[in-house]
Amino acid sequence: MASGVKPRVKVPGSASAGEGIVIKTLISHPMESGQRKDGDGNPIPRSIINRFTCDFNGQNVIDVKMEPAISTNPYFEFEATVPEAGEFKFTWYDDDGSVYEDAKAITV
Amino acid sequence: MKFKAMTALAALAISAPMLFAGGADDDTLTIDGQEMITKTAAPAHMAETGIDTIMSGWHFREDDTQAMQMDTFDNPGMIAVDQATDAWNTVEGTAEKSCASCHEGPESMGGVRAVYPKWNAEAGEMRTLAMQINNCRTEQMGAEPYKYEKAEMTAMEALISVQSRGMPVNVAIDGPAAEYYEKGKEIYYTRYGQLELSCANCHEDNYGNYIRADHLSQGQINGFPTYRLKNAGLVQTHNRFRGCIRDTRAETFAVGSPEFVALEVYVASRGNGLSVEGPSVRQ
Repeated sequence: MASGVKPRVKVPGSASAGEGIVIKTLISHPMESGQRKDGDGNPIPRSIINRFTCDFNGQNVIDVKMEPAISTNPYFEFEATVPEAGEFKFTWYDDDGSVYEDAKAITV
Repeated sequence: MKFKAMTALAALAISAPMLFAGGADDDTLTIDGQEMITKTAAPAHMAETGIDTIMSGWHFREDDTQAMQMDTFDNPGMIAVDQATDAWNTVEGTAEKSCASCHEGPESMGGVRAVYPKWNAEAGEMRTLAMQINNCRTEQMGAEPYKYEKAEMTAMEALISVQSRGMPVNVAIDGPAAEYYEKGKEIYYTRYGQLELSCANCHEDNYGNYIRADHLSQGQINGFPTYRLKNAGLVQTHNRFRGCIRDTRAETFAVGSPEFVALEVYVASRGNGLSVEGPSVRQ
């Protein structure tokens, strides 16, 4: 597991029904591309977050596949419509199989 | 397509005068609603420099970069603050202590960044924040010191700086600090390298102008450690000093050297009155 991985999410605490809100997410991760070499010329193995998803009450909001060219600490900002009170669930999938999760409740 | 090209041209026409006019902008920096002092009257000791208003480097950056600093969540430097918060509570060394064992929460560090570098009377030396952190680690915790410019040290500086955010910089230059102030001032005005540039040539004589594509600021360090987008990481004051001197094609002083400590005293005192912004975001 890559060290120092910490997800952070910003979701407004409440919204009116049907309102579009802005969600910001950031996860600290080195996103090692696999293209670089260390001081001895050996390739540094790839270690990135390859998928990010956000679900609201079990319904998928966004599902992103990520590739090695994405910079360190991937940041996503997107909009979602909130039909009812519930919980946003955020999941990041690491190359090494680790899964990082965070959740934020929102009231209407 | 044609319409797009026209709008692009129009946009260029509008932005071009601003782009080439140079100088600092008149925006106001608020971080999570808290207003920062980014322009203020120059401290008395700068009377002979011809600068009457000191300005944070924030004013010299582009709007996108400025916006990143205005919201704690958008500021990538805050990741390091999170990491350092974990380190703050981690017990290390032979004394089996963490930072929290003596200092309790990081909030206790409020006001610390604003007065460093600071003379330590007991030890009889001028200490930068990094030196003080390492002194705590070796003397109080019995732990290995951090390397001066490594990520752990920079992150810890960021955590301590953020506790003083918004407080005015107030570095002492009298008493025992006077010697360092004078030495730092001498370095500031000495031309280094093949290009024969002193700090003052860019940051005093030409701030607001462009040096090729780079918009020169006054070289204030109230925002350090700074998250630099080009490094995708936090940069310390001494890293920046070294980078500047290297760019004059000179042999630079080492990070943490007595020369840079003196220079830091001098440059920090030129920002007396500006808000501590660290960790700031720059290009």
